[in-house]
Amino acid sequence: MPGKLKAKIVAGRHLPVMDRASDLTDAFVEVKFGNTTYKTDVYPKSLNPQWNSEWFKFEVDDEDLQDEPLQITVLDHDTYSANDAIGKVYIDIDPLLCSEAATVISGWLPIYDTIHGIRGEINVLVKVDLFNDLNRFRQSSCGVKFFCTTSIPRCYRAIMVHGFVEELVVNEDPEYQWIDRIRTPRASNEARQRLIFLMSGELQRKIGLKVLEMGGNAVVGYLQCFDLEGESGLVVRAIGTACTLEKISTLPSTATHQSNSSPSKDMKDSPQAAPSTLGCRSTHSSPVHSASSRLSQGFSVSVPTLLFAGMKPRHRSSEAPRARQCRPVFGEEVPGIPLSSGPPTPLRAQTFSSFSPSKSYSRQSSSSDTELSLTPKTVRMFLCPSTPALESISSSLPSTHMPCHLRPGMASRSSTPPPLHVSQSDTAMLRKSVSFSEELLLAASGMGSGGSAGKEAGPLKALLRQQTQSALEQREYPFFTLTSFPSGFLLHVGGVVSARSVKLLDRIHNPDEPETRDAWWEEIRQEIKSHAKALGCHAVVGYSESTSICEEVCILSASGTAAILSSRFMQDGPLDTEHRLSRQPLVFSTGSERVEGDMGSSASLGFEEVVPPGCGFCHIPYDELNIPFPAQLTYCYSCRRSKVPDVLFTTIDLPADANITGKGCLIQARLCRTKKKAQGEGNATAISNLLPFLEYELHTQLMNKLKLRGMNALFGLRIQISVGETMLLGLASATGVYLTALPGPGGIQIAGKTPSDITYEQHISNMQKKINDTIAKNKDLYEINPPEVVEEIIGSPIPEPRQRSRLFRSQSESSDEVSELDLSHGKKDAFVLEIDDTDAVEDIHALLTDSPTPQGFYSCNTEIMPGIQNWTSAIQMFTSVRVFRLNNANLTNQGLNKIFSDLCENLLKSLYFKLRSMVPCCLCHLNFTVAIPEDELIQVAVTAVAMSFDKEQILENGKQSGEKTLTKAITENDEQLQFNLELNPESSHANPLSSPKGLSEVGSHPSARDRCSSWIEQLRLKAHTIRRGSVKTTSSMEKASPLPEGRSRSLRSNRSYSGTSVAVVKMTPLSFIPGAKIIKYLGIINMFFIRETTSLREEGGVSGFLHSFIAEVFAMVRAHVAALGGNAVVSYSMKECVFMENPNKNQAQCLINVSGDAVIFVRESELEAASVQPQSTTHTSNGGEGT
Amino acid sequence: MSVELDVFVGNTTIMDKEVYQLWLNGYTVNDAVKVRIEGGVMEECEASADVLLSDTMDQYRTFQMCERLLHHPAKLANQLLFQIPPDRQAMLIERYYAFDDLFVREVLGKKLSKGTKKDLDDVSAKTGVSLKSCRRQFDNFKRVFKVVEELKGPLVENIRQHFLLPDQLARDYAAIVFFANNRFETGKKKLLYLTFQDFAFCAGQLINHWTLGAVDSMMEDMDVDLDKEFLQDLKDLKILITDKDLLDQHKSLVCTALRGKTSVFNEMEANFKNLSRGLVNIAAKLINAKDVRDFFIDLVEKFIEPCRSDKWTSIDMNLFLTHYTNSAHILDTFKHHAVWTRYMGVIKSCILRMYHD
Repeated sequence: MPGKLKAKIVAGRHLPVMDRASDLTDAFVEVKFGNTTYKTDVYPKSLNPQWNSEWFKFEVDDEDLQDEPLQITVLDHDTYSANDAIGKVYIDIDPLLCSEAATVISGWLPIYDTIHGIRGEINVLVKVDLFNDLNRFRQSSCGVKFFCTTSIPRCYRAIMVHGFVEELVVNEDPEYQWIDRIRTPRASNEARQRLIFLMSGELQRKIGLKVLEMGGNAVVGYLQCFDLEGESGLVVRAIGTACTLEKISTLPSTATHQSNSSPSKDMKDSPQAAPSTLGCRSTHSSPVHSASSRLSQGFSVSVPTLLFAGMKPRHRSSEAPRARQCRPVFGEEVPGIPLSSGPPTPLRAQTFSSFSPSKSYSRQSSSSDTELSLTPKTVRMFLCPSTPALESISSSLPSTHMPCHLRPGMASRSSTPPPLHVSQSDTAMLRKSVSFSEELLLAASGMGSGGSAGKEAGPLKALLRQQTQSALEQREYPFFTLTSFPSGFLLHVGGVVSARSVKLLDRIHNPDEPETRDAWWEEIRQEIKSHAKALGCHAVVGYSESTSICEEVCILSASGTAAILSSRFMQDGPLDTEHRLSRQPLVFSTGSERVEGDMGSSASLGFEEVVPPGCGFCHIPYDELNIPFPAQLTYCYSCRRSKVPDVLFTTIDLPADANITGKGCLIQARLCRTKKKAQGEGNATAISNLLPFLEYELHTQLMNKLKLRGMNALFGLRIQISVGETMLLGLASATGVYLTALPGPGGIQIAGKTPSDITYEQHISNMQKKINDTIAKNKDLYEINPPEVVEEIIGSPIPEPRQRSRLFRSQSESSDEVSELDLSHGKKDAFVLEIDDTDAVEDIHALLTDSPTPQGFYSCNTEIMPGIQNWTSAIQMFTSVRVFRLNNANLTNQGLNKIFSDLCENLLKSLYFKLRSMVPCCLCHLNFTVAIPEDELIQVAVTAVAMSFDKEQILENGKQSGEKTLTKAITENDEQLQFNLELNPESSHANPLSSPKGLSEVGSHPSARDRCSSWIEQLRLKAHTIRRGSVKTTSSMEKASPLPEGRSRSLRSNRSYSGTSVAVVKMTPLSFIPGAKIIKYLGIINMFFIRETTSLREEGGVSGFLHSFIAEVFAMVRAHVAALGGNAVVSYSMKECVFMENPNKNQAQCLINVSGDAVIFVRESELEAASVQPQSTTHTSNGGEGT
Repeated sequence: MSVELDVFVGNTTIMDKEVYQLWLNGYTVNDAVKVRIEGGVMEECEASADVLLSDTMDQYRTFQMCERLLHHPAKLANQLLFQIPPDRQAMLIERYYAFDDLFVREVLGKKLSKGTKKDLDDVSAKTGVSLKSCRRQFDNFKRVFKVVEELKGPLVENIRQHFLLPDQLARDYAAIVFFANNRFETGKKKLLYLTFQDFAFCAGQLINHWTLGAVDSMMEDMDVDLDKEFLQDLKDLKILITDKDLLDQHKSLVCTALRGKTSVFNEMEANFKNLSRGLVNIAAKLINAKDVRDFFIDLVEKFIEPCRSDKWTSIDMNLFLTHYTNSAHILDTFKHHAVWTRYMGVIKSCILRMYHD
């Protein structure tokens, strides 16, 4: 019985009138936890009752504390009839269980009713006394901190990143139980809310246990989702990244808790030094995080088929055979493997085998057990990337190629039609690898051998690699849900990997054994893992999972960015802090060696140099001679030492230290595809068949749009595919930037196939002109004027004539977008659109109709806009939802596309208009969610934050940025110093160490690099050095280009800050608040609400209904945060917004799930003021600001 | 193809002042969009009509949801549903409670009853203020009236506290409440030249000097009603006109003081007794509720009109009233100095305010 929960009901206000006669209410409150219920007295005849109750005490297991919410029900006493419920409040106790989070929940919380919405407020006090339980077999995981934030939270430092944790729980959905027919909507809704609360509590507890097992103390990037599977049940699943975090500074307020784990003590001794590594908020503050990568996207569709039945060896998969399930492909089909190399595309086969780089090979060996076991099961496809196109390009042929890489596998699969796809890559930019379900195998096993043979890297390299990877390899899934990383953690980025699988839902028979769902996800993850391998990467970062459900069909999707990470944060075995200090350089060097190893193949030279922070992540992680897909490689435009791809696609944020040119912008590809209505497996098959096309076209669009903006990399790529009865929607959003390290994109060339017709030619040349103009305009708009550099393209070794021809062939097969080779244009104009058919015309049209953002606005879907600093503290988070009805049932794909695209464009325009008063401003973290709630309805929901910035400072940017890099470290230290002085005077002495330390790390880097590699590399090295002279100028110019990172750190404007006494709670989807420092994380906010109405018209129709519901959800989030003592929610997101209406019955229902991290922040200006006096007193008052 | 649902919710509630005003003015969404288009917002922000429509609808919805709170402005500050910065809250309240002078002039002094509300369409037609807006304004008057009616303490202060209105607006509401409560007649033809601000000024004078609260702010009664005792005492002033000697003496004192100082001296001298009788009679009759209602009309008929026909300037008026008031104190047999001062102070400022074209 290790916990005592205490609750006190103080008062109520603004209660609704429950007694018509007196226009008053006789309210009392029931407080329930687990099976224990207490009641307050009735406070008669008042709308503002003062109960002032005693403390209600619940003695409970900490397991229950984690699982259950405290339920507070406010009722109206009625002498003669049953008491009427006024509403409820669910309080998540979890934040109180962690010593570093909140200590008490106290404040006014809205009383919520699923039918009437908010009905007044109640003032409560909740506390928990927790006893230590050292029982090894305990089922609880109290004390594990959860963060939605997908970077290391700002006031913590990561000591170790343990890796991926996942869990799911299933249950029957109360809404679909028989009893639902006889109970009231209110009872059903409440049963559902309660159940989901319980399930997420349980889920969190279980994940916490896994974290403890791994030796961690926190989950970062916690992503929890609900799958409302309808009759087949309710699934709550979560993924996250287990870490060991250490608090950087202790606040006076935390002093009250004693936490064993609280680092405050350690902190003092601990080297502050590490700042550069992570903890420092300043580092993080720049939202742009690293990683750019190229996109290769792996895409796998699993087709439901019976075929598999025989083949799956895996235990989990054993169920697969069940007819009902669509099995994905992947699996284990042994048979599949061979196929991959199969006939259709020899090209592929070839690529594969060759491509597996030595690394992969070595990896394999090291990780032998896991891998082995895995390999048999899964067949991977991976896809690859589109490389083919690239290759062709490099050969100077621009071609998009449609490569088809169809995978033979598919063909074999009965269900999958061969069509697909491909990876398209348009010019080299997009590398998408599509894998069909079954195809590729990249299998580890297959590859391994191939790779080994192929690799040139000597054994030494292999060894290094092996070391580095060992930490990762031991894990089942080397995945990280983080999107930005402590500096030095992310070494290289390979590209986007993704996998999708179509499943038929079946009733979950035994909620305690959610194996089917587990197995599904396991398959997908294996696939992702193998894709990453194919890219020569040992980890996947920016990883996320999602589902789309329509009736009984469910599409599971996972995507991430293949990457190579430094092992610095992944040592097995805890480092104690003391040690860490001394050991650090050592560790680091190992890390770098490894890096080197990774880079070895790609970056051949530079023994003596450190990997440049601004471009290192762009360097290809795979072996140049064995590229997993055709790519056009050049030497890095920044450092000139390593190879970089021509385009990078990633799912992560731009690394803080990445060098970029100009500004970024939001790029969206939107697509709609009609589908025949079908049932069951037929439906699943039809969807599987459509998916690859959808994905291919999305990538083509992205690529086109990227080029049109003169950019060469995408960050934060998120592709959402939504399924409805008669259509599929695809929406890909990303933030485009021009990475200085990568070559400039070529233009877009339009070609017609029938050149004989003069008017036609004219038409074409008009279009071409338009496109060229647009590109020029965009370059101007986004200030993209990269330094001219002499290009040296190192052709990727792969392109051979044979392939080229193949590409062609594929082109002609799919008439969609065709690339044409035009030697005269050279690589810059390698991108050719052929507009021979209407599709292509449409595409071009769509390309040009994307309206530019109005003056003064920028938009991006990453944390902050690359290239903008100087944020002011004015932020405005918002959610906008639109539902569009297609009255016209017989729309063509083009028609639908147009509608869908207009819908998104108009929505954006509305947002710009709404927020015009904030100009100049940037819409950050624009997160679009599409759904098809019903036939003919398209729902788009957007959550984002608008942040103003100072224009003047922007102009100076260029100037500043040069110095910025230099000064950055210093500033950070400075800041930290101030902070510590104020908060924790003792620790300040540690600070001075930090700067030296940072230096030493850097210093160690080069030494690490001097590991050499094969003779080939040596050669390259030589070549490189020769070139160097010429390169120099460029790199210096680059220095001058604006760095993306800045944020408001230096900003002190608090224009918008009005020192009011009202408890203002800021909300933002970002992990930081401009112009402010987060000084404490109070716990995770994870809330689920249902609202239903039977008087839709009276509530203002659907819009009125949803408007007030969303406003209520915001209000409840704010109130709970304020009750925890916080003044902001960061990393806020609306995960789910399911809206259903029945206007004929005047009814509607909506479910919303939101989450975020409750924090206390302090304005930097206040901090500065406070730091003048080293006392912590001022601070405390600041902390209380939000309450 | 149609947009079925379109919602925008900000963490900080976004409200456009211009649209708010259109909403308050009773424009329909479509009319408001037209007005906005004409206003040039579109060009400024590169928006289309659709965008404008969507924004307008959304704002209208927000205002409707807020309206409930605006009825009890104090709730706006501690409600949780909308996060609105304090300056915005103040703006919302102030504009919601703002009214058209034209409109208020029509209902000033009328009973704030259902009957009056029914006639609002006439008022709307007459003033050009939309019916919706008239209703809002009328309901505001009524709401303020109801709340304040029962409260003790200073009227203006009560209004300011309960409705969080800025000072001037609170005073105006005090005037409206005061007029409604005492049912002063303001609609007669002869009074039409007076603006609301004229009446509001007079109301302020009456509230500050003639109500119970004026004498003793701790009084438990409020200052919506005139001080009965004072009204009673006013009857004593009759002696100024009933006693022939006093009247003559008074006249000669005033004439002496004014001789040569005013161009209308002769007219003044000729009319003195009439004017004095008029003022004193008004005082004496105020004890009757009906005569209270006619207070302003009496002032105009008995005093302002005669002076105006004699072409007094306001300077003349000021001089006369000053000396008229002061001279009474010199009269030997006149004992009611306090009442006289209290009465004439208000009368003088009211007349001076009302004496214009």
